[in-house]
Amino acid sequence: MSRHTLSVLVENKPGVLARVSALFSRRGFNIDSLAVGPTEHDDISRMTIVVSVEELPLEQVTKQLNKLVNVLKIVELDPAQSVQRELMLIKVRADSESRSHVLELVNLFRARCIDVAADAVTIEVTGTPDKLDAFIKVLEPFGIKELVQSGMVAIGRGARSITDRSLRALDRTA
Amino acid sequence: MTERMTGAQALVRALEHMGVDTVFGIPGGAILPAYDPLYDSTKVRHVLVRHEQGAGHAAEGYAQATGRVGVCMATSGPGATNLVTPIADAYMDSVPMVAITGQVPSGAIGTDAFQEADISGITMPITKHNFLITDPSEIARTIMEAFHIASTGRPGPVLVDISKDALQSETTFSWPPTMQLPGYRPVTKPHSKQIREAAKLIAESRRPVLYVGGGVHKAGASAELRQLAELTNIPVVTTLMARGTFPDSHPQHMGMPGMHGSVSAVGALQQSDLIIGLGVRFDDRVTGHLASFAPHAKVVHADIDPAEISKNRHADVPIVGDCKEVISDLIGVIQSSEARGDYADWWSILNGYKKTYPLGYETFADGSLAPQYVMERLSAIAGPETYYVAGVGQHQMWASQFIGYENPGTFINSGGLGTMGFAVPAAMGAKMGRPESVVWAIDGDGCFQMTNQELATCALEGVPVKIAVINNGNLGMVRQWQTLFYDQRYSNTDLQTTRRIPDFVKLAEAYGCVGLRCERPEDVDAVIKKAMEINDVPVVVDFVVHQDAMVWPMVAAGTSNDDIKIARDMAPKWENEDD
Repeated sequence: MSRHTLSVLVENKPGVLARVSALFSRRGFNIDSLAVGPTEHDDISRMTIVVSVEELPLEQVTKQLNKLVNVLKIVELDPAQSVQRELMLIKVRADSESRSHVLELVNLFRARCIDVAADAVTIEVTGTPDKLDAFIKVLEPFGIKELVQSGMVAIGRGARSITDRSLRALDRTA
Repeated sequence: MTERMTGAQALVRALEHMGVDTVFGIPGGAILPAYDPLYDSTKVRHVLVRHEQGAGHAAEGYAQATGRVGVCMATSGPGATNLVTPIADAYMDSVPMVAITGQVPSGAIGTDAFQEADISGITMPITKHNFLITDPSEIARTIMEAFHIASTGRPGPVLVDISKDALQSETTFSWPPTMQLPGYRPVTKPHSKQIREAAKLIAESRRPVLYVGGGVHKAGASAELRQLAELTNIPVVTTLMARGTFPDSHPQHMGMPGMHGSVSAVGALQQSDLIIGLGVRFDDRVTGHLASFAPHAKVVHADIDPAEISKNRHADVPIVGDCKEVISDLIGVIQSSEARGDYADWWSILNGYKKTYPLGYETFADGSLAPQYVMERLSAIAGPETYYVAGVGQHQMWASQFIGYENPGTFINSGGLGTMGFAVPAAMGAKMGRPESVVWAIDGDGCFQMTNQELATCALEGVPVKIAVINNGNLGMVRQWQTLFYDQRYSNTDLQTTRRIPDFVKLAEAYGCVGLRCERPEDVDAVIKKAMEINDVPVVVDFVVHQDAMVWPMVAAGTSNDDIKIARDMAPKWENEDD
């Protein structure tokens, strides 16, 4: 099975997330990661969905998604032609003795320290899933107290935008 | 022009503007505001049913007989959940339907209020789309959108759930509203390159078959289909949802494919080198074991729903489009070319199957009634102009096999979902949509006991449907499987209706209908003729038939179509078995 990143433009209406996620479970597809948020247009939200499926079921899931009335557009983003990022906040045990070691790793990974307490620091880091995994691995010896990760968000490289045409469709009906 | 009115008035006005003449439903607390202006409407007739499931199936029957959108209405909570089965049924069979439900006031949504059910959440996977409205200004536009979605592209059910306060509060109404459906763009025009590819495969093929499904009738393309078939001389099989789309009497008709299909239809698909699927979805009941289905065939698959194409069987030539346009375009390309396939050998094989393995059935030495004989006589006496509406089970298969369908849409039944209890309310809806036509429901004694309370609706509303109850005293299809696959251990399939509990004749009379009974083959014609003469009230005929009658041919579930049996342990001999 291979991982695919789908960018799905949807109408910004209540219940749309439920429709999309219910479709995945109903048709027997597992979602690896899902991120939803607003776009440059108030009426459009964008979902980034990562699924692990073969080519054929991927085609089927795309077609089924397209049938949802609130779905405006689906684009599969090629990892080589797009920027894909996750955000992680991680709270690590760090006292006066170990703190400098931790901060060294924060610099190496181009992460940021966003909160410091007497016996812990909280770090913000963005990157590809591989980079975040590597970061977790190097922090593990210090003791990870808490960790939260966002779903992946992704955008195509270059000047082209996937939202242009969907915006025109929205303008026509407005 | 804009007017001030309540949300409920806006709802009724919108329904009137959409051309709705019949709504099936039952009022209740949350939908009550809508029933007040409905009381005044001179354009919309509300039919008070006895169970919301009946309202839903009646809307389906109406829709399938007329091609228009069927409408049903119910209150919140249990009213709405009683619509779930017919909504799922309409979804599986692509029936255009709009279901309108009342919802608890918007402030109470999510509080487990009295008669609250999240019906838009519940029906999400079984509707083409659904809406929850809490703002009265959205009612008119949403109704228009719901009808548009239900009736265009691949048709299907749309649910509109409206909170009670939205129905009660004031709003401004103007018509027509502007639809806001930027994400809804069904493709109807097929790609010309794909059409040319399909025509090329047709010309090259030696053993082609037109595999015709419900989408052809829904597209109103029955005439085009006949033209295509006759132009190319390709054999035709019609699925359960397409019976009548191509005339049964036509020499190119091979019958129905699938689990209870004819040998000629199943054989045509299995041995074909090219399947031209039109408005079909390669359902498991047609393909049998998928990997061994039509192993040598290339596939041209045309459907208006892109997600159906290559879902079950890979399509070598996928065509997304409305079947009317697809078939017309195909005819155009084929006519403009000299290339024609030579199917003489193919026809000699298929005609051999048709001749050697016609549909047949067992008669009983004790003089009891064979259900298939009832179908044959019904077909002969009521004729091909009649609408036949079946439930689900053995009687449905016999109705498909032994009634001759000549006209598109004249066989209405629950195909995809297999909903027992479909027939009586659906026949009522069909008759209301086609009051000038004869409508015969063909039901089993099991099915009939699920929804026969709508006989009261039929009697009171003046809907003279005719109902043939094929009474074998059992859940017959399940019993057949117990006979074949469970060592004749008849666990919970004996309904004992042959003991007259209930007595269907008395039951009919109690509901203000005429009740007749027939137990012997020699009485069948007279009883059917008598039922045909009664046109002022509904008629129920209790045909008491032998409980051991079976549906043949049969492809056992999960096995290959090649292993079709024409009777127990009897397989047909295929022409190319030595190949």
